[in-house]
Amino acid sequence: MADSTPILGDDGLTLKAKLRQAERRNKLKTFGLTVPLLAFILVTFVFPILLMIARSVDNPVPVRAIPQTLEALQSWTPPTLPAEATYRLFAEELLAADETGDLGRLASRLNYDLPGSRSALTRLGRALRRGAEDGQSYRALFEEVDPRWSEPEIWAGLKALDGRLTGAYYLAATDRTRDVDGDIVLQPENTRIYIGLYLKTLWVSLLVTLFCVLLAYPIAYQLATLPTGRANLLMILVLLPFWTSLLVRTTAWIVLLQSQGVLNDILVALGILDDEGRVQLIYNMTGTIVALTHILLPFMVLPLYSVMKTIPPNYRRAAISMGATPSRAWIDVFFPLTIPGLGAGSVLVFILCIGYYITPALVGGRTGQLISSEIAYHMQSSLNWGLAAALGTILLVGVLALYWIYDRLVGIDNLKMG
Amino acid sequence: MAKLPPYVTLGDRLWTLGYKLLCGLIYLFLIAPILVVIPLSFNAEPYFTFTPEMLHFDPAGYSLRWYRDVLGSEDWLNAFRNSFVIGVFATLIATLLGTVAALGLSNSRMPYRASVMALLLSPMIVPVIISAAGMYFFFSNVGLSQTFPGIILAHAALGTPFVVITVTATLSGFDRSLMRASASLGAPPATTFFQVVVPLIAPGVISGALFAFVTSFDEVVAVLFLSGASQRTVPRQMWSGIREQISPSILAVATLLILLSVLLLATLELLRRRNERLRGLR
Repeated sequence: MADSTPILGDDGLTLKAKLRQAERRNKLKTFGLTVPLLAFILVTFVFPILLMIARSVDNPVPVRAIPQTLEALQSWTPPTLPAEATYRLFAEELLAADETGDLGRLASRLNYDLPGSRSALTRLGRALRRGAEDGQSYRALFEEVDPRWSEPEIWAGLKALDGRLTGAYYLAATDRTRDVDGDIVLQPENTRIYIGLYLKTLWVSLLVTLFCVLLAYPIAYQLATLPTGRANLLMILVLLPFWTSLLVRTTAWIVLLQSQGVLNDILVALGILDDEGRVQLIYNMTGTIVALTHILLPFMVLPLYSVMKTIPPNYRRAAISMGATPSRAWIDVFFPLTIPGLGAGSVLVFILCIGYYITPALVGGRTGQLISSEIAYHMQSSLNWGLAAALGTILLVGVLALYWIYDRLVGIDNLKMG
Repeated sequence: MAKLPPYVTLGDRLWTLGYKLLCGLIYLFLIAPILVVIPLSFNAEPYFTFTPEMLHFDPAGYSLRWYRDVLGSEDWLNAFRNSFVIGVFATLIATLLGTVAALGLSNSRMPYRASVMALLLSPMIVPVIISAAGMYFFFSNVGLSQTFPGIILAHAALGTPFVVITVTATLSGFDRSLMRASASLGAPPATTFFQVVVPLIAPGVISGALFAFVTSFDEVVAVLFLSGASQRTVPRQMWSGIREQISPSILAVATLLILLSVLLLATLELLRRRNERLRGLR
C-alpha cells in the first residue's frame, strides 16, 4: 500500500517544499552573479543614453526666463501683433533674465527654431539695458531695435517656446518647422538636410551590406570547403584586417586611393589613366563605401563561414546522386541552408554601418558623410545638443528595431567573434 | 582545393580557375591596404606613395626617419602611454565584471536569461556616437568628463560585451559534471572553482580580455567626446593626424599597430588551440 503521508525533512518541511526552496535560492544566486555587470551597464551606459533621450525634449529655459510673457502670448493669435502690455511684460522679464544669463540662452533657443533670430533678442536686451526714452511706447522701442519685432513670425516663435517639454528638436531633425499659425510644415527645400541624410545613410548601409555579401560569400565558401590546415592559413587574411586598428585601415585606404596615391600611380604607370586624368576615389561617397565595405567584410565572412561549415557535403552528393546537376544541387540544396548565416551577417553589417562615424568622417569628404557626422557636428561644433540628441534618438530607435530583428532571427547568443 | 579528377571538362577547369582567381582578388582587397602601409612607412620622402627610388630598391629611398619622428615625439609617446593605461584598467574592469556575469548567464537556471543577455550585449550594437553623446552629458554632470576614470569607465562599458560573449561561449562547452565530480570527491565550492573551473575557462577569459583591450585601444569616438588634452590616446592622435597635418609618421604608427595586431592574433590562435586540446576536441 502506498503511504500518502508526505515525507518530512528534519525541519518539518516536505521534500517538495525544500526542493522548491533550494531551486529558488539557486536561481537567486545565479542571477546575483550578473548583478554587478548589470548595475555597471545601467549606470555607465543605459542611464547616459536615457539622459540623452531626455535632452531631446528638454526645454527648461523659456518657462524659467519668460513665464508670464508666454502665458500672455497664449491668448494672442497672429497676424496681428500682441498688445502693448505683452511688450512691457516681455521687456521686464527680459531684463531680469539678462541678470541671470538666461537672455543669451533664450536667444540661442529661439535661434534653433527661427534661424537668424538670435540678434533680434540680444540687441533688444542691450537696448532695454539702456532704458526707453520718455514717452516712447515699448512697441516703438522694439521696432526701432530690430524690424523683425514688427512681424508676427518672431512672436509666434516665442509663443511656440512654451512648455517644459518640446518637440521642436524632433521637428528640426525631420526637416519640419512651425509656421506663423503654429502648424507643422516642411522647411523650405534648400534647408532640408536630415531626411535626405537618413535616407542616404540607409542607402549606403544597404549598398555596403550588398557588397559585403557579394565579397564574403565566395571566400566563406572556399574557407568552409578547404582542408582545415589551409583554411586556417587563409583565415588569417580575414582575421588580420579584423584585428587591425580601425584608424590604420582608414589611413591605408587614404594612402591607396587618394589622387596622388598608390592606386592612381599604378593606373598612370600602366597607361590606363593620364597624369592629368587621375580619378578622385576618396574624400567622397566612393571612399566611404570602399572603406566601410573593407572594414565590415569580416563581420559577414565569419557568420557565413560558421554556417557553411556545419552543412554536411553529403546533402549535395545525395542531390547529385538523384540526378540533380551540380549547379542545381548548389542552388536548391546548399544555398538555402546558408540563408541563416547570410541573414545574421547582413543584419550585423547593416547595424554597424548605419551608425558608423569615424571612417566616413575621415574619408567621406563633403559628399560621403552619414547621419552620425551631423550628430557629432551638433555635439561638438554648433553645440545644439537638443538637436544632436533628437537625431541620435531617431538613429537609436532604428538600430534597436534592427537589434530586435537580429535577436529574433539568430538569437543574440549566437553572436560569435573570431 | 584538392586535385581535380581526370574526367572534368575544360569548362569545369576554367570555372575552378576563375573561382580561385576571384577569391584571390577578394583576399587581396582584404589584405592589400594593410600590406601597403608597411613599406611606405620606411619612405625617405614625406610622400604617401612609392618614390622611384623605393621601386628600384635603392637604399636611399628608404629610411627610419618617421620612426625616429614618432619615438622622439612627446605627443606620440604620451599617447601610447595613455592608451596602455586606459586599456589595461578598462580591460581589468570589463574582464572581472564580464566573467562573473558570464558564469551566471551560462547557467540554465538563470532567470530572464534572454533579456539580460540582450541588455548586456547592447553596448556593442548601439552606435558609439550615441553612447558617447550620452556619456558626455552624464559624465560632465558628475565631474568625470576630461578625466582618466571617465574614459576608463566608458571603455570598460564598451568592452564588456566581448568578454561576456567569449566566456559564455567557452562555458557552453563546459561539462558541469566535472564540478559535481569535484564536489563528490570532497572539494568545497571555492576549491572546485579555482582548481577545476578557472583552468578550463581561462582561454576564454583571456581572449575576452584581449577583445576588451583592443576595443579600448582602438576606440576614438568616446575619447573624442570625453577626453581633454592630457588624455589623448593613440587613435585620437591619429585622428587629428589624418585630419590636420597628415605626415608619414602616421604610417610608422600604423605599422607598429599592425605588428601589435599580429601579436594579438597569434596569442588568440594559441589560446584557441589550447582550449580545443583541453576540451578534447583534438
